[in-house]
Amino acid sequence: MAQVKKLKREKHQAVTPGRPGGQEIMKGDKQRLECGLQGTGLSDEELRQGTVLTTRWKADAKYGWDAGVAIGRYLAGLKEGKILGVRCYKCHRVMVPPRLFCEWCYRNIDEWVELKDTGIVNTFSLCYVTWDVKRIKEPQIPAVIELDGATKGMGIMHLLGEVDPKKVHIGMKVKAVWKEPAQREGAITDIRYWKPV
Amino acid sequence: MGNRVAIVGAGMTKFVRRAQETGQELAFYATKMALDSCGMKLDQIDGVVLGSAPDTFDGVHMKGEYLSPGAGAWGKPYMRCYVGGGTGVFAVAHGWYHVASGVFDTCLVVCEEKMSSYQPHAQGAFLTIFDHTTERPLKPNLLWIFALEMNRYMTTYGLRKEDIALVAVKNKNNALDHPAAQLGGKVTLDDILSSEVLAWPVQRLDVSPVSDGAVAVILANETVARRVTDKPVWIEGVGWSLDTAYWTNRDLCYPRYVEEAARMAYKMAGVTDPRHQIHIAEPYDPFDYKELHHMEGLLLCGRGEAPQLTVDGVTQRDGELPVCPSGGLLGVGNPIAAAGLMKVAELFWQLRGEAGKRQVARKVKRGVAQAWGDLMQVGTVVVVGI
Repeated sequence: MAQVKKLKREKHQAVTPGRPGGQEIMKGDKQRLECGLQGTGLSDEELRQGTVLTTRWKADAKYGWDAGVAIGRYLAGLKEGKILGVRCYKCHRVMVPPRLFCEWCYRNIDEWVELKDTGIVNTFSLCYVTWDVKRIKEPQIPAVIELDGATKGMGIMHLLGEVDPKKVHIGMKVKAVWKEPAQREGAITDIRYWKPV
Repeated sequence: MGNRVAIVGAGMTKFVRRAQETGQELAFYATKMALDSCGMKLDQIDGVVLGSAPDTFDGVHMKGEYLSPGAGAWGKPYMRCYVGGGTGVFAVAHGWYHVASGVFDTCLVVCEEKMSSYQPHAQGAFLTIFDHTTERPLKPNLLWIFALEMNRYMTTYGLRKEDIALVAVKNKNNALDHPAAQLGGKVTLDDILSSEVLAWPVQRLDVSPVSDGAVAVILANETVARRVTDKPVWIEGVGWSLDTAYWTNRDLCYPRYVEEAARMAYKMAGVTDPRHQIHIAEPYDPFDYKELHHMEGLLLCGRGEAPQLTVDGVTQRDGELPVCPSGGLLGVGNPIAAAGLMKVAELFWQLRGEAGKRQVARKVKRGVAQAWGDLMQVGTVVVVGI
């Protein structure tokens, strides 16, 4: 038993002199040798000054997705300035985004329908940060928009524009602002944003 | 329902913004503490369940296998489970299955998350939950989902920000008494309401932090449980449910999937009147409105009633129904999968009267823990009792 303890200590000492910054004892060593709660928080400072070892690696993962059968047709519709949905005869829902199957009834959908490019705001946010938490002055206004012609509650996520952030409200009527036909490429961004009617 | 299953030990690491330890090391510390807490050795463990959220955080594909040595899985039947934020409670359901079925006598459940590895911000890894064709071209921000849901919740029930921010005040102050907490603090309602607006109605102090940490619990059948501890905490019910991935087609003001999961767990536990038969709750609170949302989904109150319970002090540590006495994700921290398991561990300590300074005032015999995740579509629930 005593021998095991000694070995552990030697091994430990052999590692520490190699630490960057020449520290003899790594942060948390004392704590680590005691029982109880473990976990060593590092500050930004410690990372910047290199007092702890880190390693970096950049993932280079690229994907090319197939749009699929239902969404493929949805995108083709957008290119023509139309919003397409699907209907299930069994539950009578008109669904958007369209899908090949009704997940409630678990059967094939029965027909494609063209919806209006108007709707109401189901909910929205005024977002002042980017995905990596950088501040922006003018808020982006994402919303869930319930489309006219679809079953109540059927919405899509998109952005609002041409609107005073203070005046946006749930229940507001909105209309799609499309790109010029020549600029459309069969993507959700063929609708630039939605503006109040 | 199978054999009775008890939680007999629990352990965790500190939850920190950025840990010096690797994910493996964090998993080891939590596991070792759990084993030590009930005087068990690893060779007494029959199988291991590990829960951890996206591989992208660690940048290790199939990170379950990478983490497994730290989680004590060497040479053992091992299984990883993953339902995003719902993982921490789901992992307990997995472990319960193993023991209740009689396949194992004991099972170690470990949840680990190291979110600090992803650069520049863990949100980047999360963004990929949006649909790649219909949503991601709009350059979404993860906060959107929560802001949209919170706004819908507030508008449906006519709530003000003040009604919701009280949850953050309660939880961050509760966390002051948690030795593992990352964000405990004396926070006032004004602090929350004047904090930076990130994505209205979500402000900085409405949100739980990015965290690193690990938690472990040990499950055992009745024979082993009686041998290793005088105070087993029984898993009385488990439940989980998944809503549609077409999240914009759902009613965003009510988490139906949580209700379905809760009903499954309550049925198994013989709970017919959760409002009176549940004495303590640890609902998932990555955002302050989420605690309220989930209290309603857990049927602890009616729809739209949770904010009033908070205002009335019912959910305080000394209240009639203590909710997140640990400090929750808002206070203790949110290492995704580990945060959910922390809630189960908290109930374990509270029911045994071992929660120290954060021990709730009333005598508690049955509690519910819940987590939520995936594309806002999964509810996972565990009911425990003594």
